[in-house]
Amino acid sequence: MVNRVAAGVITLLIVSAVVFAATQVLPGNAAYAILGHNATPLRLHALELQLHLDRSAPEQYARWLGGLLTGNIGNSFSNGQPVWALVAPRLVNSAALVLVSAVIGSVIGVALGVVAALRKDRAFDHAVSVISLVVTALPEFVVGIALVIVFATVASQVLPAVSVLPPGTWAWQQPELLVLPVATLVIVIVPYIFRMMRAAMIEALESDYVEMARLKGLPVWRVLLVHALPNAIPPTVQVIGLNLLYLAGGIVVVEYLFDFPGIGQALVNAVSNRDIPVIQLIVVLLAAFYVFMNIVTDVVALLATPRRRIAR
Amino acid sequence: MGQRPSEQSTGAHIRRREWLSVLWRAARTRRGTVGLALVAFVVAVAVAGPFLTRVSPTDFVVAPFSGPGPEAPLGGDALGRDVLARVLAGGWLLLLMAAAATFFGVVVGGAAGISAAYLRGRADTLIMRSVDVLLAFPSLVFALMLVSILGPKLWLIVLAVGLSHAPQVARVLRASTLDISERDFVKAVELQGVKPRLIMAREILPNLITPLTVETGLRLTYSIIIIAGLSFLGFGQPPPSPNWGLMINENRIGLQLNPWAVVVPATLIAVLTVGTNTFSDAVARVALGVERRAEGIMALDAFALEALR
Repeated sequence: MVNRVAAGVITLLIVSAVVFAATQVLPGNAAYAILGHNATPLRLHALELQLHLDRSAPEQYARWLGGLLTGNIGNSFSNGQPVWALVAPRLVNSAALVLVSAVIGSVIGVALGVVAALRKDRAFDHAVSVISLVVTALPEFVVGIALVIVFATVASQVLPAVSVLPPGTWAWQQPELLVLPVATLVIVIVPYIFRMMRAAMIEALESDYVEMARLKGLPVWRVLLVHALPNAIPPTVQVIGLNLLYLAGGIVVVEYLFDFPGIGQALVNAVSNRDIPVIQLIVVLLAAFYVFMNIVTDVVALLATPRRRIAR
Repeated sequence: MGQRPSEQSTGAHIRRREWLSVLWRAARTRRGTVGLALVAFVVAVAVAGPFLTRVSPTDFVVAPFSGPGPEAPLGGDALGRDVLARVLAGGWLLLLMAAAATFFGVVVGGAAGISAAYLRGRADTLIMRSVDVLLAFPSLVFALMLVSILGPKLWLIVLAVGLSHAPQVARVLRASTLDISERDFVKAVELQGVKPRLIMAREILPNLITPLTVETGLRLTYSIIIIAGLSFLGFGQPPPSPNWGLMINENRIGLQLNPWAVVVPATLIAVLTVGTNTFSDAVARVALGVERRAEGIMALDAFALEALR
């Protein structure tokens, strides 16, 4: 447990160094990126001083990392606002989007998986399995566009096609704006959770201990809930964790598609404007989310394992 | 196996045929046939497309977002260009880039995974720590970060997408290699003092054809999704080039007026990814063999479950 957290912190430090190195030290430096065509040697030099680009790379990195931890990482290149003030409200909106999608997606995925496993090789199982094989392969923007076509433009107009929030309001204050982005993410993650749950459940149902429980004459619900399900939970927890991680990447496209004011949309805008401080912060945040979720899923899966495996 | 040079070459030869035979048997299953047919359709459109239209994909021929008519069978796009011409011309680069990124990712990831498992010790730790670091970046975010520095260069996107696949490939192949490097035939060659590099290339690699094939298929699907997604976000081929991902983004404001300008490229991308994924699943089924198939576990899931353990 302590080892895992320590490994996570080290990974995160290396990640931050990679992000920093990739975005700041590589040629085409920040000063150049801001000034673009207006770059004269004099201006370039002045801005380099202002951004501390004249210091050595380790010194710049230390300064940046310190700023990251104290919440003071300078201003956005494109509008001069403090980066953290720009990203924080968007972070809340994105977190709401991911959380709602993850909860709904997990419930649907696990339920479908258990039912399909119980009716293995019957019509329901085949139908859901084939559908999930198809949906798994669909890119998020195709799913999102399809939903827009069906619910917001061509076929019907029951839902808004864009989720623009007035500044100062939160995503959950206008739930109708969340429907399509959440639906897109749910459709994208349910097949994975379903398939993993189904596979794990089938394996559990065919195991010796479930056979034993059946032969003892235990009622079906007891075999299912007490013997089979607990053994199918750990791999499913890991898959749900993996899907949360996948959502961290998926929100970029979905937020852009629906104009949803989250960090994914901010990242796309920042990349268009070469707004390096914003890019650095968002990439580090997404990576931190990944590392954190990895530790959480590992620990939960470990705790949920009936055999209580000891940590490696 | 692997005692004399002549035997080694026969071994490799048989393995090569085995690889083809897995693909061939997969193609003959129902799922495989369907997947292959879907892929073949999109590849045909993308490859033959540029030669099939006499209208230039960048000429303004009709009113913006005008519906289908004799001038333009699928109507006009946001600037009044022929949607059909743009669809036909806008796919080949996506296919090429996805194939290149997949190849790059599987080669780098495969080499890393096999080396980590076979060399063990420090090399293993170093490689797998790097894998952990790379894994922390969602593929699309990793590509976006690189694009933000050097601009949306096509080679950079291929490189970034390929590199973001490498950790997953490395993990899967490391697991398979750990299993194989304990087998007797590897131990026998080791005792003869053959160099590790040769053992990895001649003894281990030929036995990893099944996971390699399945991984390649999976990665190809993801490559298409990420590269098309980047184009959709505006970080691919710059306008005015025709490009399926870009077309969806350019024309979605006119969905009410001419939905075809969005629906056709989106459908082609979807058919392609569904096709590659379905065929990969068929390959995984064949590779896992009859007994696992009878269990009713979807083959790709069995691979995924194993990777989790």
